[in-house]
Amino acid sequence: MSVRRLASEQPSSFAFTPENLAWAQKQLLKFPEGKQASAVIPILWRVQEQEGWVSEPSIRWVGEFLDMPFIRVLEIATFYTMFLLAPVGKKAHIQVCGTTPCMIRGAGRLLNVCRERIHHDPFHISANGDLSWEEVECLGACVNAPMVQIVPDTYEDLTVESFNKLIDDIEAGVPLKPGPQIARHYSAPETGFRVLTTESLYDGSMIGQGAGLAAARDAIAARAAAEAEAAKAAAEAAKAAADPAPAEAPAAPAVKAQAEADKEKVPNIAPQNVPASDPAVRPDAGKKE
Amino acid sequence: MLADKDRIFTNIYGHHDWGLKGALQRGSWDGTKTILEAGRDWIIDQMKASGLRGRGGAGFSTGLKWSFMPKKNDGRPHYLVINADESEPGTCKDREILRHDPHHLVEGALIASFAMGAHVAYIYVRGEFIREREHLQAAIDQAYEARLIGKNNVHGWDMDIYVAHGAGAYICGEETALLESLEGKKGQPRLKPPFPANVGLYGCPTTVNNVESIAVAPTILRRGAAWFSSIGRPNNVGTKLFGISGHVNTPCIVEEAMGIPFRELIEKHGGGVRGGWDNLLAIIPGGASCPIIPAKDCEELIMDFDGTRAVKSSFGTAGVLVMDKSTDVIKAIARIASFFKHESCGQCTPCREGTGWMWRVMERMARGEAEKREIDMLLQVTTQIEGHTICALGDAAAWPIQGLIRHFRPLIEERIDLYSANPKPVEREMMEAAE
Repeated sequence: MSVRRLASEQPSSFAFTPENLAWAQKQLLKFPEGKQASAVIPILWRVQEQEGWVSEPSIRWVGEFLDMPFIRVLEIATFYTMFLLAPVGKKAHIQVCGTTPCMIRGAGRLLNVCRERIHHDPFHISANGDLSWEEVECLGACVNAPMVQIVPDTYEDLTVESFNKLIDDIEAGVPLKPGPQIARHYSAPETGFRVLTTESLYDGSMIGQGAGLAAARDAIAARAAAEAEAAKAAAEAAKAAADPAPAEAPAAPAVKAQAEADKEKVPNIAPQNVPASDPAVRPDAGKKE
Repeated sequence: MLADKDRIFTNIYGHHDWGLKGALQRGSWDGTKTILEAGRDWIIDQMKASGLRGRGGAGFSTGLKWSFMPKKNDGRPHYLVINADESEPGTCKDREILRHDPHHLVEGALIASFAMGAHVAYIYVRGEFIREREHLQAAIDQAYEARLIGKNNVHGWDMDIYVAHGAGAYICGEETALLESLEGKKGQPRLKPPFPANVGLYGCPTTVNNVESIAVAPTILRRGAAWFSSIGRPNNVGTKLFGISGHVNTPCIVEEAMGIPFRELIEKHGGGVRGGWDNLLAIIPGGASCPIIPAKDCEELIMDFDGTRAVKSSFGTAGVLVMDKSTDVIKAIARIASFFKHESCGQCTPCREGTGWMWRVMERMARGEAEKREIDMLLQVTTQIEGHTICALGDAAAWPIQGLIRHFRPLIEERIDLYSANPKPVEREMMEAAE
């Protein structure tokens, strides 16, 4: 658990831009009526995208918008660690993944770069106001370790040199190239593809090739045949029942079949009405002791 | 090595179009209507016959899980919830599916929803996967536009798929915590029973599945249960996305057959251990919560559920973290302890207090600033956390430490000796070992 508090200095008010308000109202349509609280995380996230951080007035605003008690929205904002509860660097807030897979590939050196170049402590803004940093838990790009995230993109396979260059570029306002910072195609091996080199995977020849689809068609055919068989049997039963008494009003086959079945039951029911003690129906009837 | 034609995720490296057009070309959405027409029971029977075990770590039969949903609708809607809250250190396979092969997931969501009588599916993506979420949403929009999903679609099963997301809480990968989060609350796990199949999202029958489990379903059904179950060993069948990270020459994601020998996986795909096989110290086979496996047990290690269990670890999500001999393994596990301390939701006392306690002791042990009797005390405390919490996070925090003590006790003792011979608090950057 991490203990998180709201910032001591808060703005006086919050409002969404008209576009963001329309977007927020659209989010509510994803969830059943009365369950609008489900949209609280996406909406708080949009607040952060607009403002850079989540302030107390914005938490109250979201509470009113979603008809939630303020304390519930505050819980969300403090529980989920991606919500920044204080302003961060104007140009970038660098989140360095420091969990074991990144750590053993040198995330510690990236953290040192942050300490030296931005601020000694996390969440503190650099002297020029441009940058801030924090160490975060696993960002889910372990095969591209070490890596950082500057929302919304990730910068992977970093070294001290490429990370320093990244920070230089941010400060200079140069457009950044997300993804691996070495010559590497996403999560493929750096040395090139070892698998997925067969051309026939991509020329459309995979279509219609499934043994499972054939099995599915067989299952459908078998079911259709069984249904046809059942319908035929029902029809025959109805016909057989209808033959001896053609004058009777035609009944639905099922009803007819049930009626036939019931008729057959009648002889069995009759003797049961007779007390079992009646000598006439006892199995040993007629025997003399 | 698995043949290319037997790979399910043919665009996992994103070297082709991830959109609908490219996905169709690679065989997605092929015969989906036929599969649905074969019926709910047929689909579930095929999934059971395929032997697919959940890819989120626990390894529970996916077909069986689907069959737990009530057969008859009692008036409450059914929900499919897909767990894309991939946050376990070492695991980064779902990310590649979301951003490079999202149509496998969208098609799987339709088929799985049909099989459990659901008309709505939510895909809960971890907050940090922003670009991945955008790709997924675009794929869903394409499917709506092509009338593959939506109301009155070509498949004859009304289907809505929504993308939801979290905001940086590992615990939301636990299925009931995920449901809480999806309902707009703190992600604190629920007591079970009732199980989600009866009382899940909004109190309705819900099934929560991992991304990979859902994404492989269409291909399994298309190519046949027998095809899938013919790969791998009995009870551990099929293909699996492996992530190879840490001290290997070429870390990567790769789809391989279950039951591939560990050494083959590392040497063929990971480019070998940095500095050669003999430089291997230990591995963590499937995400941070799996106990560590020392090098001597890696020689013959088979990478599947039973193979990892044989060496007292677990398969998890198959995100293998390789550590070579430059690694300070005590510090590495201390960092995992810090991770679990950070991610504990705070609901159960043994976990909330215990994870922090274990981390503080681990930090001291990493420096050697401890007493030898504390090793046994630490071990004993892990057993008091394990099994005494609502969810498995308490267990997950305890296992790596138990694994460390089981295999590296002499090293811990040696460091304590080293420190007590020269007791001064020196902070060393131990993780920055030779590279």
